[in-house]
Amino acid sequence: MKPRKTILFILLTVLLAVLFVADLSFGSIRIPFGEAMNVLFGASSDTINTEILLNFRLPKAITAILAGASLSVAGLMMQTLFRNPLAEPYILGVSSGASLGVALVMMASAVLPAVFISSGWGMILAAVIGAALVLLLVVGVSFKVQNSVSLLIVGIMFGTIASSLVGVLQYFSNPDAIKLFIMWNMGSLSAVTWEYLQILVPTILTGLLLAIILTKRLNGLLLGENYARGLGIPILQTRVLIVTATGILAGAITAFTGPIAFVGVAIPHIARGIFRTAKHQLLMPACVLLGASLILICDIISQIPTHTLPINTISALFGAPVIIWIILKRK
Amino acid sequence: MSIVKTSQLSIGYAKGSNKTLVQSNLNLELLRGEMVCLIGPNGSGKTTLLRTLAGLQKPLKGNVLIQEKNITEFTQQEKALQIALVLTDKVQIENATVRDIVTLGQHPYTHWLGGLAPEGREKVHEAIRMVHLEHKTNHYLNELSDGERQRVMIAKALAQDTPLIFLDEPTAHLDLPNRVEIMLLLHRLAHKTGKGIILSTHELDLALQAADRIWLMSSTEGVICGVPEDLVIDGSFNRVFQSEAYYFNAANGNFSMNYPLNKQLSVSGDKTRLYWTLRALARAGYSVTADAETHIKISEKGWEINGKILLTIEDLLQELSTFPEI
Repeated sequence: MKPRKTILFILLTVLLAVLFVADLSFGSIRIPFGEAMNVLFGASSDTINTEILLNFRLPKAITAILAGASLSVAGLMMQTLFRNPLAEPYILGVSSGASLGVALVMMASAVLPAVFISSGWGMILAAVIGAALVLLLVVGVSFKVQNSVSLLIVGIMFGTIASSLVGVLQYFSNPDAIKLFIMWNMGSLSAVTWEYLQILVPTILTGLLLAIILTKRLNGLLLGENYARGLGIPILQTRVLIVTATGILAGAITAFTGPIAFVGVAIPHIARGIFRTAKHQLLMPACVLLGASLILICDIISQIPTHTLPINTISALFGAPVIIWIILKRK
Repeated sequence: MSIVKTSQLSIGYAKGSNKTLVQSNLNLELLRGEMVCLIGPNGSGKTTLLRTLAGLQKPLKGNVLIQEKNITEFTQQEKALQIALVLTDKVQIENATVRDIVTLGQHPYTHWLGGLAPEGREKVHEAIRMVHLEHKTNHYLNELSDGERQRVMIAKALAQDTPLIFLDEPTAHLDLPNRVEIMLLLHRLAHKTGKGIILSTHELDLALQAADRIWLMSSTEGVICGVPEDLVIDGSFNRVFQSEAYYFNAANGNFSMNYPLNKQLSVSGDKTRLYWTLRALARAGYSVTADAETHIKISEKGWEINGKILLTIEDLLQELSTFPEI
């Protein structure tokens, strides 16, 4: 690795660490940096601060890192697989599938037992099943459809169908259920407790491990599928593996935090721009660091006003200009 | 020694039970260190044949043998160790340098994260040297000209270090100097490294000069194989590329247009000037016969017609156009 890139990696790691600590200190109750450190290392006697930090802010900050890393890496893989700069997990209908699952549970609450709804587990389970179902359909189609662009369109269509079904459900639901659903749909990091993290962390790590194993093949795919075949890459198997990794990464995080838009499309481009490389063995760790930092920044911003803003709106405010910049630059 | 051999090969596309046969009953052979040019009109199946030989699509019937082993028995990885490809697919990668692309050729040999061994790095440099791009090693792909990009893809194929390289129209969209350069480069590589090279092309004159052997594909006669000169002499080129608008000129290896010739002249004079005068006259619709009434005499001074001396062919054509009937 060239020295410039090593320095960049060190800088990004430091940035991530600083943002992590900042995210712990900021909030409706401000905990000074020193106090935050004390709590983390068990040297604080303030029970309120300890409670806020350990049981609320720490899992939230960890979730932010997981969300940023997984959505960015999933976006990077999608962009390479589809050779399309605007591809991201949502294009494959992951979030629409998750939304449909959640909408089904929330709006069918009249039928389901109340405990199932209030525990939160029903919602998460429904989101994972919804996301996985759409991905399974896309993988199924990928056996039939050879062309990546066609597959991309099929993904968009599945997503559209799922969104329309959500619309139909909303039309027939009561206002309370709709509000609950809209809240989930705006995305939130604070819903994730230590209990949920015990499921989320190993799931995301599995997805990231699969992504790391795929880096070499992703590099070959940059040349296009015919050239990749010529280099000895089994295309169908690789495609299934990439979609699976994306599904695990994006599906799991969406289930727990709600859809977080634009991170998946924006971060890979920022990583390419900063590192000036196309190699996935560099881009992937860069996406992890940059994505995690971005969500932490979004979370810090969303805490500053007295009312906590939905994370999805902040990330979209950041991501949309990036997409416009990409289009202007490609001209 | 043959590295590629086909027996009773039928190529084409199968979609479900619907088969489109492009060529059938092909018995072809490629030797080590030999460059073969695949020539034929559009639709005669050049790309289909290359894809079938490379194992990218299945033969409809018959066998393709690579190093005496049936291509269907190779895994994807094993194929990558035998055949390197240069395709017509456009390669558009942001932020990739020449070295990055050529390094991808080493893909079958790198470890699971894509790391290169020192000898792999040396192979990459060697490949870049062979296509004369060492001064552009660290340039980004989108800073290169079309000819240089094509050379990068050839270097990628070289870095793959295979006994075979197949190229689909490597000279398309290039200007003449680049076309000549690429043909010469491939010819030299085949002879120097002992690789077997097959390339499809529409550059008949270049193929005639550079190819050791030509596979002439026609829609009606299958594939005719031979040393270029033999195919010229036995009239194969003329048959395959038959048309009313032009004919294959066996005297110079070029295609000549068939002009409608309805006026007659006789011409005599010095050799070079005579050749170019005849071409200009043919374009203007004059056929040259020995017994025509009007005579043009070519000398150092110019073109003499009816006692009048003209200094350029343009003036000559101008003068001729004033003649009511010849």
